[in-house]
Amino acid sequence: MLYGKRLAPLAFTAAALFALALGLIFFYAPLDADQGFMQKIFYLHVPMAIVALCGFVAGAIMAIQHLRTGLRQWDVRSYVAIHLSIILGLGVLVTGSIWARASWGHWWLWDEPMLVSFLIIFLLYCCYQPLRFSIEDPERQGRYASVFAITAGAFVPVNFIAVRLAEQYTHPRVLSETGGNLPGEMRLTFLVSLVAMASLFVTLWKVELTSKNASDQLRKLRRRLEGAEAGADDEGPEPPIADPEPVGAMR
Amino acid sequence: MTRAAAAILRKDLLIEVRTKQSVPAMALFSVTAFVLFHFGLDRDRLDGELASGVLWVTLLLATVLAVNRLFAHEREQGGLDGLLLAPIDRTAVFVAKAVALYLYLVLLELVAIPAYAILLLGPSPVDQLPALIAVLALANLGLATVGALVAALAAEARARDLLVPLLLLPLLTPVLIAAARATEPLFAVHPETGELGKWAGVLGLYDLVFVLLSVAVFDFLLED
Repeated sequence: MLYGKRLAPLAFTAAALFALALGLIFFYAPLDADQGFMQKIFYLHVPMAIVALCGFVAGAIMAIQHLRTGLRQWDVRSYVAIHLSIILGLGVLVTGSIWARASWGHWWLWDEPMLVSFLIIFLLYCCYQPLRFSIEDPERQGRYASVFAITAGAFVPVNFIAVRLAEQYTHPRVLSETGGNLPGEMRLTFLVSLVAMASLFVTLWKVELTSKNASDQLRKLRRRLEGAEAGADDEGPEPPIADPEPVGAMR
Repeated sequence: MTRAAAAILRKDLLIEVRTKQSVPAMALFSVTAFVLFHFGLDRDRLDGELASGVLWVTLLLATVLAVNRLFAHEREQGGLDGLLLAPIDRTAVFVAKAVALYLYLVLLELVAIPAYAILLLGPSPVDQLPALIAVLALANLGLATVGALVAALAAEARARDLLVPLLLLPLLTPVLIAAARATEPLFAVHPETGELGKWAGVLGLYDLVFVLLSVAVFDFLLED
C-alpha cells in the first residue's frame, strides 16, 4: 500500500545533491575567462537539457513496454516522464535564451543547433497532452499516447542530425559545449549538477506516480463504497472493501 | 497483404477521382500560397534559398490538407469498422494510405511545380529536373509515411483538425531542412548540384526510420 516507501530518502538525496551542486556552482567552480559570472547558468541549462532529452527517450521506452505488455502502469510511467520533461524543456529554452542574451547579446540564435533542435522537439511534445486528452476511451488513449511517444522518441535523434547538418553548412562546430575540454573543477561541478538534476527528475517522477496511484486507488474505493451502499455489486470479482491491498500495485 | 493494400488503395483513388476533394484542394492551396508569398515577400521572382524555402513550405502545408482528409471517409461513414472486421493485416491499411498520399503528392507537384516556375521562380528548373525529381521522390516518401501515421494517430481525437498540423509540421521539419537545402543550389541563378548527395542521404535516413517505425506501431492504432 505504501507507494511512497522510498520517497523520503530519495527526496532528501535529491535536495542534498542540489544544495551541493549549488554550493559548487557558486563557491567552487572558477569564473569563466570570457563569460564571467553568466557562464554559471551552464551548470543549470545543460544538465536540464540532458535530463529532459533522457526523459523523452525514457518515455518512449516505457511506451514500448506499454504496447508490448499492455499494462496500464507503463503508460502512466511514460506519461509522467514526458510530462516532466516538457516542464524541464521549457526551463531549458528559458535558460538557454537568457544565456544566449548574456553571452552573445541576442535572445535567440539560429546557429545554435542544440537550442534549435530542442525547440522543434519541444514544439512536437507540446502536442502530447492535447492528443492524449482529446481521445475519450481510456484504453485507446493510452495506446495512442504510446504510439505518439515512440514516434517522437525516434524523432529526437533524427531531428538532431538534420539540424546539426544544416548548421554545419555555415558554422562548423565541435561538440565542445558538454564535452571534454572543461577544466577539472568545472567538470566536477557540471557532473554533480547533472546527477542532482537527474535525481530531482526521478524524485518528481516518483511523487507524481505515487499521487496518481493514490487518487486512482481512492476513486476505486469510493466507487466500490457507492456500489456497496446502493446494494449492487458491479465491481465484479474483486476483493472486499476491508482488504486495503490493491489488486495490481500500480493500477 | 499486397492484394488487400491494393484493394484499399483502389477504393481511395476511386473516391478521390469521383469526389475530387484532396488533390484539387491541395493544388488550389499551393497556387494561392504562391500569390500570398508574392505579396508577402514583395518579390516578383525568387531564386536560391528563398525560392527553395517558399516551395517546400507550400508543399508541407498542402500536405496537411491531404492528411486531414486521409481517414475522413472511413470516419464519417463507419468504414473503418468494416476494414477492421476484414481478416487482413493492419499494415495493409497503412501501406494503402501512405501510397495514396504519395500519389496525391505527385499529382500536386505536377501542378504546383509548373505553376511555381511560371509565377514566381526566376531561374528555369527545366535543366535541373532530374535532381529535382530525385529530391521530390525522396521527400514525398517521408511526407507520405509520416502523414499517414499522423492521420491515423489523430483520427480518433476530438480536435483532430487542430492536432494534425501541430503534430505533422514539427515531425516534418527534418524533411523541410534537407529538401530545402538540397533544392537551394538547383534554384540558384547559376544552378549547381551543391551537396545533393548529403541531403539525399538525410532524406533517405529519415524515410527509412519512419517507414520502419510506422510499420511497427501502426497495428496498435487500429487494434479494436
